[in-house]
Amino acid sequence: MSKIKAISCEEAIRHLLEYLDHECENHTHEEIDRHLSACQACYSRMEFEKRLRSQIKNTGGQLVPDSLKNRIDKLFSGGSKD
Amino acid sequence: MSFKTRASGSPADLRAFCEAEIGAVLDRLYGTALRLTRNRADAEDLVADTVVKALDNIQGLQDRNCFRGWIFRILYNTFKSNCRKKSARPEDCLSSLQRDGAEGDDTFRLFDKLHQPFLLWWGNHEQEFLDRLEIEDLCKAIDALPDNFRIVIALSGIEGFSYQEIAETLEIPVGTVRSRLARGRSILQKSLWDYAQTVGLAPGHARPQGNDS
Repeated sequence: MSKIKAISCEEAIRHLLEYLDHECENHTHEEIDRHLSACQACYSRMEFEKRLRSQIKNTGGQLVPDSLKNRIDKLFSGGSKD
Repeated sequence: MSFKTRASGSPADLRAFCEAEIGAVLDRLYGTALRLTRNRADAEDLVADTVVKALDNIQGLQDRNCFRGWIFRILYNTFKSNCRKKSARPEDCLSSLQRDGAEGDDTFRLFDKLHQPFLLWWGNHEQEFLDRLEIEDLCKAIDALPDNFRIVIALSGIEGFSYQEIAETLEIPVGTVRSRLARGRSILQKSLWDYAQTVGLAPGHARPQGNDS
Protein backbone atom coordinates (compact mmCIF):
# COMPACT_ATOMS: atom_id res chain seq x y z
CA MET A 1 0.00 0.00 0.00
CA SER A 2 2.70 2.47 1.05
CA LYS A 3 4.93 3.84 -1.71
CA ILE A 4 7.78 4.59 0.69
CA LYS A 5 10.54 2.14 -0.05
CA ALA A 6 12.79 0.64 2.62
CA ILE A 7 16.35 1.95 2.43
CA SER A 8 19.64 0.67 3.86
CA CYS A 9 21.67 2.35 6.61
CA GLU A 10 24.23 3.26 3.96
CA GLU A 11 21.64 5.13 1.90
CA ALA A 12 20.20 6.85 4.97
CA ILE A 13 23.67 8.00 6.08
CA ARG A 14 24.51 9.24 2.58
CA HIS A 15 21.53 11.62 2.62
CA LEU A 16 21.46 12.38 6.36
CA LEU A 17 23.05 15.84 6.26
CA GLU A 18 20.77 17.00 3.43
CA TYR A 19 17.84 15.47 5.33
CA LEU A 20 18.72 17.60 8.36
CA ASP A 21 18.99 20.65 6.06
CA HIS A 22 15.48 19.86 4.72
CA GLU A 23 17.01 19.75 1.24
CA CYS A 24 16.11 16.17 0.22
CA GLU A 25 13.51 15.25 -2.36
CA ASN A 26 10.16 14.60 -0.63
CA HIS A 27 10.26 10.84 -1.19
CA THR A 28 13.87 10.60 0.12
CA HIS A 29 12.88 12.59 3.21
CA GLU A 30 10.05 10.17 3.92
CA GLU A 31 12.28 7.16 3.34
CA ILE A 32 14.82 8.46 5.83
CA ASP A 33 12.05 9.31 8.32
CA ARG A 34 10.84 5.74 8.14
CA HIS A 35 14.37 4.32 8.39
CA LEU A 36 15.17 6.44 11.45
CA SER A 37 12.03 5.32 13.22
CA ALA A 38 13.15 1.69 12.86
CA CYS A 39 16.96 1.89 13.17
CA GLN A 40 18.43 2.79 16.57
CA ALA A 41 22.00 3.09 15.24
CA CYS A 42 21.05 5.63 12.54
CA TYR A 43 18.77 7.45 14.99
CA SER A 44 21.73 7.90 17.40
CA ARG A 45 23.82 9.19 14.51
CA MET A 46 21.09 11.63 13.52
CA GLU A 47 20.80 12.89 17.14
CA PHE A 48 24.57 13.43 17.26
CA GLU A 49 24.57 15.39 13.97
CA LYS A 50 21.60 17.46 15.16
CA ARG A 51 23.29 18.38 18.44
CA LEU A 52 26.55 19.20 16.68
CA ARG A 53 24.83 21.50 14.20
CA SER A 54 22.92 23.19 17.00
CA GLN A 55 26.30 23.98 18.62
CA ILE A 56 27.58 25.27 15.25
CA LYS A 57 24.50 27.48 14.97
CA ASN A 58 25.23 28.92 18.41
CA THR A 59 28.59 30.26 17.19
CA GLY A 60 26.68 32.82 15.09
CA GLY A 61 24.91 34.65 17.91
CA GLN A 62 27.62 37.16 18.65
CA LEU A 63 27.14 40.09 20.95
CA VAL A 64 27.54 43.24 18.86
CA PRO A 65 30.26 45.40 20.44
CA ASP A 66 29.30 48.94 21.55
CA SER A 67 31.93 50.38 19.21
CA LEU A 68 30.08 48.87 16.22
CA LYS A 69 26.65 49.88 17.54
CA ASN A 70 27.92 53.48 17.84
CA ARG A 71 29.27 53.41 14.27
CA ILE A 72 25.94 52.14 12.95
CA ASP A 73 24.00 54.75 14.97
CA LYS A 74 26.19 57.47 13.44
CA LEU A 75 25.56 56.10 9.94
CA PHE A 76 21.81 56.09 10.62
CA SER A 77 21.68 59.62 12.00
CA GLY A 78 24.37 61.11 9.74
CA GLY A 79 23.00 60.50 6.31
CA SER A 80 19.24 60.71 6.67
CA LYS A 81 17.73 62.20 3.58
CA ASP A 82 14.13 63.20 3.66
CA MET B 1 0.89 44.59 -13.12
CA SER B 2 3.98 43.57 -11.18
CA PHE B 3 3.86 40.38 -9.12
CA LYS B 4 6.72 41.54 -6.97
CA THR B 5 6.35 43.55 -3.79
CA ARG B 6 8.61 46.27 -5.02
CA ALA B 7 10.47 48.10 -2.27
CA SER B 8 8.70 51.32 -3.17
CA GLY B 9 8.04 54.31 -0.94
CA SER B 10 9.45 57.73 -0.28
CA PRO B 11 13.22 57.92 0.32
CA ALA B 12 12.55 58.53 4.03
CA ASP B 13 10.20 55.56 4.19
CA LEU B 14 12.73 53.29 2.45
CA ARG B 15 15.51 54.48 4.71
CA ALA B 16 13.42 53.86 7.85
CA PHE B 17 12.63 50.36 6.56
CA CYS B 18 16.31 49.69 5.84
CA GLU B 19 17.44 50.92 9.28
CA ALA B 20 14.83 48.79 11.08
CA GLU B 21 15.80 45.68 9.12
CA ILE B 22 19.50 46.25 9.71
CA GLY B 23 18.82 46.62 13.45
CA ALA B 24 17.00 43.28 13.42
CA VAL B 25 19.87 41.35 11.77
CA LEU B 26 22.88 43.28 13.08
CA ASP B 27 24.05 40.51 15.45
CA ARG B 28 23.76 37.93 12.65
CA LEU B 29 25.64 40.17 10.20
CA TYR B 30 28.38 40.66 12.78
CA GLY B 31 28.51 36.92 13.57
CA THR B 32 28.88 36.04 9.89
CA ALA B 33 31.42 38.86 9.38
CA LEU B 34 33.47 37.43 12.27
CA ARG B 35 33.50 33.97 10.70
CA LEU B 36 34.50 35.48 7.33
CA THR B 37 37.23 37.87 8.50
CA ARG B 38 38.32 35.89 11.59
CA ASN B 39 39.02 39.04 13.59
CA ARG B 40 36.91 41.60 15.40
CA ALA B 41 38.33 44.81 13.92
CA ASP B 42 37.91 43.61 10.31
CA ALA B 43 34.44 42.24 11.13
CA GLU B 44 33.34 45.64 12.45
CA ASP B 45 34.70 47.37 9.33
CA LEU B 46 32.97 44.83 7.10
CA VAL B 47 29.59 45.33 8.79
CA ALA B 48 29.94 49.13 8.71
CA ASP B 49 30.86 49.06 4.98
CA THR B 50 27.89 46.75 4.34
CA VAL B 51 25.49 49.12 6.15
CA VAL B 52 26.75 52.12 4.13
CA LYS B 53 26.18 50.22 0.86
CA ALA B 54 22.75 48.99 1.96
CA LEU B 55 21.61 52.52 2.86
CA ASP B 56 22.94 53.87 -0.44
CA ASN B 57 21.31 51.15 -2.55
CA ILE B 58 18.04 50.39 -0.80
CA GLN B 59 16.10 51.79 -3.78
CA GLY B 60 17.45 48.89 -5.83
CA LEU B 61 15.89 46.23 -3.59
CA GLN B 62 13.18 44.57 -5.68
CA ASP B 63 11.22 42.94 -2.91
CA ARG B 64 11.18 43.91 0.76
CA ASN B 65 10.70 40.27 1.73
CA CYS B 66 14.14 39.54 0.27
CA PHE B 67 15.97 42.03 2.49
CA ARG B 68 17.85 39.41 4.53
CA GLY B 69 19.31 37.61 1.50
CA TRP B 70 20.02 40.97 -0.15
CA ILE B 71 22.06 42.38 2.74
CA PHE B 72 24.01 39.14 3.25
CA ARG B 73 24.88 39.27 -0.46
CA ILE B 74 26.19 42.81 0.05
CA LEU B 75 28.20 41.56 3.06
CA TYR B 76 29.74 38.75 1.03
CA ASN B 77 30.51 40.94 -2.00
CA THR B 78 32.08 43.58 0.25
CA PHE B 79 34.19 40.89 1.93
CA LYS B 80 35.36 39.68 -1.50
CA SER B 81 36.18 43.17 -2.63
CA ASN B 82 38.04 44.03 0.63
CA CYS B 83 39.92 40.76 0.32
CA ARG B 84 41.09 41.71 -3.18
CA LYS B 85 42.20 45.17 -2.01
CA LYS B 86 44.12 43.87 1.01
CA SER B 87 45.82 40.94 -0.60
CA ALA B 88 49.36 41.52 -1.80
CA ARG B 89 48.56 39.00 -4.52
CA PRO B 90 44.86 39.48 -5.26
CA GLU B 91 44.80 36.51 -7.59
CA ASP B 92 45.50 34.20 -4.59
CA CYS B 93 42.54 35.56 -2.71
CA LEU B 94 40.25 35.31 -5.72
CA SER B 95 41.26 31.78 -6.50
CA SER B 96 40.65 30.69 -2.92
CA LEU B 97 37.14 32.09 -3.15
CA GLN B 98 36.34 30.71 -6.57
CA ARG B 99 37.93 27.29 -6.72
CA ASP B 100 37.21 24.28 -4.61
CA GLY B 101 40.76 22.99 -4.85
CA ALA B 102 41.70 19.40 -5.37
CA GLU B 103 39.14 16.68 -4.98
CA GLY B 104 38.94 15.55 -1.40
CA ASP B 105 37.12 13.25 0.92
CA ASP B 106 33.63 14.46 1.82
CA THR B 107 32.62 11.41 3.81
CA PHE B 108 34.55 11.81 7.07
CA ARG B 109 32.08 11.37 9.95
CA LEU B 110 33.10 12.19 13.50
CA PHE B 111 30.32 9.94 14.79
CA ASP B 112 32.03 6.89 13.26
CA LYS B 113 35.20 7.69 15.19
CA LEU B 114 33.56 8.45 18.53
CA HIS B 115 30.74 5.91 18.60
CA GLN B 116 31.55 2.69 20.47
CA PRO B 117 28.34 0.62 20.53
CA PHE B 118 29.85 -2.17 22.61
CA LEU B 119 30.70 0.30 25.38
CA LEU B 120 27.19 1.70 25.71
CA TRP B 121 26.68 0.15 29.14
CA TRP B 122 29.30 2.38 30.74
CA GLY B 123 29.73 5.43 28.62
CA ASN B 124 28.88 7.38 25.51
CA HIS B 125 31.85 9.09 23.88
CA GLU B 126 29.90 11.10 21.31
CA GLN B 127 27.61 12.70 23.88
CA GLU B 128 30.50 13.38 26.22
CA PHE B 129 32.40 14.97 23.35
CA LEU B 130 29.51 17.33 22.62
CA ASP B 131 29.07 18.12 26.33
CA ARG B 132 32.72 19.10 26.62
CA LEU B 133 33.16 20.86 23.26
CA GLU B 134 33.82 24.54 24.05
CA ILE B 135 32.27 27.14 21.74
CA GLU B 136 35.69 28.86 21.37
CA ASP B 137 37.24 25.61 20.12
CA LEU B 138 34.36 25.09 17.69
CA CYS B 139 34.81 28.66 16.40
CA LYS B 140 38.53 27.98 15.89
CA ALA B 141 37.74 24.84 13.89
CA ILE B 142 35.27 26.76 11.69
CA ASP B 143 37.71 29.66 11.27
CA ALA B 144 40.39 27.23 10.09
CA LEU B 145 38.24 26.12 7.12
CA PRO B 146 39.27 27.41 3.68
CA ASP B 147 37.19 30.45 2.55
CA ASN B 148 34.93 28.55 0.14
CA PHE B 149 33.83 26.08 2.78
CA ARG B 150 33.71 28.55 5.69
CA ILE B 151 31.24 30.80 3.86
CA VAL B 152 28.79 28.01 3.01
CA ILE B 153 28.99 26.62 6.57
CA ALA B 154 28.33 30.14 7.91
CA LEU B 155 25.34 30.77 5.62
CA SER B 156 23.80 27.30 5.98
CA GLY B 157 24.84 25.95 9.37
CA ILE B 158 24.85 29.25 11.24
CA GLU B 159 22.38 31.51 9.41
CA GLY B 160 20.00 28.81 8.19
CA PHE B 161 19.84 29.88 4.53
CA SER B 162 18.48 27.33 2.04
CA TYR B 163 20.78 25.93 -0.66
CA GLN B 164 18.95 28.08 -3.23
CA GLU B 165 19.43 31.25 -1.15
CA ILE B 166 23.15 30.49 -0.72
CA ALA B 167 23.48 29.87 -4.47
CA GLU B 168 21.91 33.28 -5.16
CA THR B 169 24.03 35.03 -2.52
CA LEU B 170 27.32 33.57 -3.74
CA GLU B 171 26.28 33.46 -7.43
CA ILE B 172 27.19 29.78 -7.79
CA PRO B 173 25.07 26.77 -8.87
CA VAL B 174 23.03 24.91 -6.22
CA GLY B 175 25.05 21.76 -6.98
CA THR B 176 28.22 23.61 -6.00
CA VAL B 177 26.60 24.71 -2.72
CA ARG B 178 25.71 21.08 -2.05
CA SER B 179 29.22 19.79 -2.75
CA ARG B 180 30.97 22.58 -0.82
CA LEU B 181 28.75 21.96 2.20
CA ALA B 182 29.47 18.22 2.11
CA ARG B 183 33.21 18.81 1.81
CA GLY B 184 33.25 21.65 4.36
CA ARG B 185 31.42 19.56 6.94
CA SER B 186 33.76 16.66 6.33
CA ILE B 187 36.84 18.88 6.85
CA LEU B 188 35.25 20.42 9.96
CA GLN B 189 34.46 17.01 11.47
CA LYS B 190 38.00 15.80 10.73
CA SER B 191 39.35 18.85 12.52
CA LEU B 192 37.05 18.16 15.51
CA TRP B 193 38.33 14.58 15.55
CA ASP B 194 41.91 15.90 15.79
CA TYR B 195 40.70 18.13 18.63
CA ALA B 196 39.02 15.15 20.37
CA GLN B 197 42.30 13.24 20.26
CA THR B 198 44.24 16.23 21.59
CA VAL B 199 41.97 16.78 24.59
CA GLY B 200 41.59 13.07 25.36
CA LEU B 201 37.96 12.70 24.26
CA ALA B 202 38.68 10.05 21.66
CA PRO B 203 37.92 6.41 22.50
CA GLY B 204 41.06 4.67 23.69
CA HIS B 205 42.90 7.92 24.47
CA ALA B 206 43.96 8.80 27.98
CA ARG B 207 42.35 11.92 29.40
CA PRO B 208 44.67 14.82 30.26
CA GLN B 209 45.27 15.02 33.98
CA GLY B 210 42.80 17.37 35.68
CA ASN B 211 41.05 18.15 38.94
CA ASP B 212 37.56 17.17 37.84
CA SER B 213 37.80 13.44 38.52
